[in-house]
Amino acid sequence: MDRINAPWEMERKLLIKAEEETDARFGCKPEERPLKDYVRLGIVNLDKISGPSSHEVTAWLKRLLDISHAGHGGTLETSFWEAGKSQSDRCSTRSFGRCD
Amino acid sequence: MTGVLPVALEDATKVVQALLLSGKEYVCVMRLHKKTAEEKVKTVLSEFQGRLLQRPPIRSSVKRRLRIRTVYYMDFLEMQQRDVLLKIGCESGTYIRKICFDVGEVLGCGAHMHELRRTRAGPFTEDENHVTFYDVLYCVSKWRESEDEESLRKIILPMEKALELLPKVHIRDSAVAAVCHGAHLTAPGVLSLETGIEKDDEIALFTQKGEVAAFARALASSKKILTMDHGFVAETIRVMMDRDTYPKMWGKGGNT
Repeated sequence: MDRINAPWEMERKLLIKAEEETDARFGCKPEERPLKDYVRLGIVNLDKISGPSSHEVTAWLKRLLDISHAGHGGTLETSFWEAGKSQSDRCSTRSFGRCD
Repeated sequence: MTGVLPVALEDATKVVQALLLSGKEYVCVMRLHKKTAEEKVKTVLSEFQGRLLQRPPIRSSVKRRLRIRTVYYMDFLEMQQRDVLLKIGCESGTYIRKICFDVGEVLGCGAHMHELRRTRAGPFTEDENHVTFYDVLYCVSKWRESEDEESLRKIILPMEKALELLPKVHIRDSAVAAVCHGAHLTAPGVLSLETGIEKDDEIALFTQKGEVAAFARALASSKKILTMDHGFVAETIRVMMDRDTYPKMWGKGGNT
């Protein structure tokens, strides 16, 4: 089978339908939001390390930034062995690995 | 498993919906169970490009029903002994572990996924905005100690970034509040739009300042929208912006 264009390989052009000036009194550029709103409407592009699960990483970031909630886009599953290790560290009943 | 994991904060969690459906790219080490000729591996790998039938593996977080997933590309990078380094671009929900296993079956020697790193999740890549745990910890404590806003801003991106790959429609200031209250977008509210939108495609409605107002479904193609002078253009699925950011303009004889 041939290579297919991935969504990020597609090019789009802008078509103008009408023109208008925007009113500076309302809203603002995303980069210029006040810090509080910038965080509230922000995303962190995190480099996940091997070991903790995506959910654990998200919870960790949430605690660190002291915010009410956070959600990640697309679970990066932990491998069978990693999951076993991290669960055995906590010695939970569902541990897959050896519980030292 | 390591790599790109976008984490949305507080109200930005609304964009996760769009992000979950976006394509992913991985770099993977596949370990073959017997020595195999490089040419043979390359041929089999190219067969895995395109639409694949996949049943999710036993240890997975979704229902194990047969589903179709598209692999955009499967690039052979390198081979050392029994280890094959691959770059795979695929639709969300494709199990790489399963692909490796299946490649092994087709080759007849057996194979498994040895290592995996995600190099892209939708518009997020391993670029200069990709931060590690240490970067986050450092920048947050620096901000807490010195109240230096910039160090915190450095590790966070506006949620608009997550919608970068969706076709955009820019709307008038006067249409923003209506859309934010859940109304559908009408033709006069459109200022500009991107090419390649088809009916029923998911699109993002942006203000002229580049803020996202809502996530929507197109009710006509790009070409058609450009010529329309009245009627609905898009159906709002999810409002992202705070409702009262822009003033209400409807029913005042304005453009919308």
